[in-house]
Amino acid sequence: MSPPAADLSPGFAHRHILGIEGMSPADITALLDLSEAYVEQNRAHEKKSSLLRGRTVINLFFENSTRTRTSFELAGKRLGGDVINMSAESSSVKKGETLIDTAMTLNAMLPDVLVVRHPDSGAVKLLSEKVACAVINAGDGTHEHPTQALLDALAIRRRRGRLAGLQVAVCGDILHSRVARSNIHLLGAMGARVRVVGPPTLIPSAIERMGVEVFHDMRAGIAGCDIVMMLRLQTERMQGSFVPSVREYFHFYGLDREKLAAAKPDALVMHPGPMNRGVEIDSDLADDIDRSLIREQVEMGVAVRMACLDLLTRSLRSNAGGAA
Amino acid sequence: MKPDTQHGRMPGRRGGPAIAYVGARLVDPATGLDQRGGVVVADGLVADLGPHLARAEALGSSGIEAVDCGGAVLAPGLVDMRVQLREPGEEHKESFASASAAAAAGGVTAMATLPNTLPVIDDPSLVESVARRARETSRVKIFAYAALTRGLEGREITEFGLLREAGALGFTDATAAVASATVMRRALSYARAVGGLVVQHPEEPSLARNASATEGEIATRLGLPAAPALAEAMMIERDLRLVELTRAPLHFAHVSTAAGIEAIRRAKQAGMKVTCDTAPFYFALNELAVGDYRTFAKLSPPLRTEADRQSIAEAVADGTIDAIASDHSPHDQDSKRLPYAQAAAGAIGLETLLGVTLELVHGGRLGLAEALRRLSTTPAAILGLPMGRLAKGAAADIVLFDPERAWRVREAEFRSKSKNSPFDGRPLQGRVLRTLVNGETIFRIGE
Repeated sequence: MSPPAADLSPGFAHRHILGIEGMSPADITALLDLSEAYVEQNRAHEKKSSLLRGRTVINLFFENSTRTRTSFELAGKRLGGDVINMSAESSSVKKGETLIDTAMTLNAMLPDVLVVRHPDSGAVKLLSEKVACAVINAGDGTHEHPTQALLDALAIRRRRGRLAGLQVAVCGDILHSRVARSNIHLLGAMGARVRVVGPPTLIPSAIERMGVEVFHDMRAGIAGCDIVMMLRLQTERMQGSFVPSVREYFHFYGLDREKLAAAKPDALVMHPGPMNRGVEIDSDLADDIDRSLIREQVEMGVAVRMACLDLLTRSLRSNAGGAA
Repeated sequence: MKPDTQHGRMPGRRGGPAIAYVGARLVDPATGLDQRGGVVVADGLVADLGPHLARAEALGSSGIEAVDCGGAVLAPGLVDMRVQLREPGEEHKESFASASAAAAAGGVTAMATLPNTLPVIDDPSLVESVARRARETSRVKIFAYAALTRGLEGREITEFGLLREAGALGFTDATAAVASATVMRRALSYARAVGGLVVQHPEEPSLARNASATEGEIATRLGLPAAPALAEAMMIERDLRLVELTRAPLHFAHVSTAAGIEAIRRAKQAGMKVTCDTAPFYFALNELAVGDYRTFAKLSPPLRTEADRQSIAEAVADGTIDAIASDHSPHDQDSKRLPYAQAAAGAIGLETLLGVTLELVHGGRLGLAEALRRLSTTPAAILGLPMGRLAKGAAADIVLFDPERAWRVREAEFRSKSKNSPFDGRPLQGRVLRTLVNGETIFRIGE
C-alpha cells in the first residue's frame, strides 16, 4: 500500500530522535498524527509498504530487550526496509570501547537508520555524533526513551481524544526510569498535568523542577487522575537497597483495584512492560481490557516507530536516493 | 631532616652571567611589595631587587645584561600544590617532561604531584625514583606526595617516616577520600611526629559512590548517577572532629561547596590547624558546563550549582580558601570519549591556572597580590617549601606576566599531552610572558 499522507510534518527538522526534551508540541503532534496512519496500515490485511525499500535499519542493542527490539524490527520490515539486529551486550569487553568502535564499524556499512539502546545515559547522543546516518534512541540509561513516551501518548490520545488537561500519575521507580523522564517531558509539553508517585528513595532530587508534583502516598497521588502509569521496578532494587522488600513495596505502591478506586472512575492503567505481576501491578487489573491500556501500548509501539523511521528518512527520499 | 628532594631540582647553571630584569611591576605577596622596579638574577638566585632597578641605567657600567620587562608583573613563580602526572605508568597521557613544559607555560615553577600513578607511590624507593626522574626530565621543580594508605586502598597507613626521609612532601590518597575514621585518625596522629602535610579529598565515599554529577535538577534531567553536594561538608566535618582529637594539621583539597567552606571557616575561627585549596574550575564554572554530556566537564568533585560557585569565589577572596591549585588531571581521548558515567573524571589546568584565577582579579573580587598569594606564597608555606617569595638570596623562581594581555584558550596550543580542558575556547585576560626556574628561562612566549 502507499505511504500515508506525504507531508504531515513540514516543521519536523530533527536529524535524530534522541529524546523528547527539545521537541516542540508541533513535532510531537506531527509524530502522533503520522502514527495514527500507521495504526491503520498495521490493522489492514496487507501490512507492508515499500517506503523504506532499499534502506537499511540496524537495531543496535547494548542492553537486553525483547519487546522494544521486536517492535522496531517489525516497524522497519512493515515499511519494507532491511532490518538487522545486533546485540552488542557484553560484560567482558568494556562497553565504552565497543560503543565508539561499533559505531565506526556500523557507520562504514552505510546504514540509513541506527536504533540504539545503551545502559548509560548520554551514550546514544555520543554515538550519534560519530555516525553519518539518523539515530533513534531506544533507551539510554536513566535518561530518555522517546518512542515509549510517544506510544504512551498515542494510546492515551486515541482513548481519551486529547492529552491537554489530563491528570496523569506516573508511579514507582522514577529514579531509574527513562520512561518516566520522557513521559514527563512529553505530557508536560502537550499540556497534561503530571504527578510522580513513589517512595522517597525512588524519587530523583529536584524532579519538581521538571514541572511535576511529587507524592509519596499512592492513594493521594492517583486521586482524581485520568491515567495511572505504572513503572517496572527491577527486583534487585527491592531487596533492601531502595525498598525493604517486595511485599512491603506491593503493599504501599502496588496498583490494585482498591487503590485505583482513588482515581477517576474511568481512569486508565498503563505499564511499559515487562510487568512484574503482583509487585507493581495486580495481575487481574493488568488484564482488564476496560481499565488497562497495556495491550494497546504494545500495538501503538509499532506504529510510532514506523512514524519515526518514516520521518527521519524523508530527506533521503527527497534527495532522490542519495545516502546522507 | 631535610632531604635533597625537598628542594626539588638543584640550582642549575651556576656561574652563568647575571641578568637584570628591569622595568617590571614587582609584586611579592610575602612582603606586600607592589611597585615598579627590577630584579638581578645571578647564580640561580635573586641577587638584588627593588625600585632602584626600575631602569636599566641603574646598572651603570656593571656589565650586567638587562632585560626590559615593559611594565609586566614580576612575581614569585606559582607553586601548584595539586597536580596529577601520569608518570610512571601512563606516560602517553602526561610525563614529567610534558607536564614541565605545560607548567612553565602557565608560570608554575614548582608542583606537588599526587601518588595515584601506576604503580602507586606508596614506597620510599618509588618516592626516590620520582624525584630522580623529575630531576632528569623536568625543568620545573617537582615534589611528590606519597600515598596515605598502601595501594590507596584506605586500609593500612604507609611508612610515613621512611617516606618522609625519602623526600615525600606529605600524604594523601589522591582522588579517593580516606573513608575509615580510624585510619584517618591514626594517619593524623602519626603524621604529627613525622611531619608532612596530610591531604584529604573531602567526599563521603558511600554517598558519592558511582556518582558522576551533583544531585539536583541537571543530574535528574540527564539521568546521571549523582551524589548530594553535602557529601563534601559531611566528610570535612568528620575530619575536623579528628583534627580536634589529634591536634594534627590537615589540608582539604579542591573544596567546591558553600557548606564545605562554611565548616572550614568555622574551624579556622576556632583556631584549628586546617587549610584548604580549590581549583579554578570551582570558581569559574558551574554544573551547566556539563551541558549535553560534555565529559571534559566531568570532574571530581563534580561541578556544583551557581550558588556554590559564588561561595567558592567569595571564599577565595576572603582567604578562607588558602590556596588555588590547578588540580591538573590529564586524560587521553580514550578515557573521555565515553558515555558520561564511564568517562574518567578530571581536567588539565596547569596552563590556565593563572589566567582563570585572574578573572577574579579583573572582576574586582580580589587584588592582584592576594591572587598571587593564593597561587605561590601560601601553598609554599602550607607545604613547608622555601619558595613563593621574592627575596635576596632566594632561588630565582619567577613568573613574568602581562595581566591585561588577552588570549584565547586553544586546545591545539596546550603543551600538555592530554587536551581535556573545559576552558577550550574561553577568552582569558593575563598571559605569562616568561618563566624562570633557578634563574634560568624555561619559558618565553612566542618561543
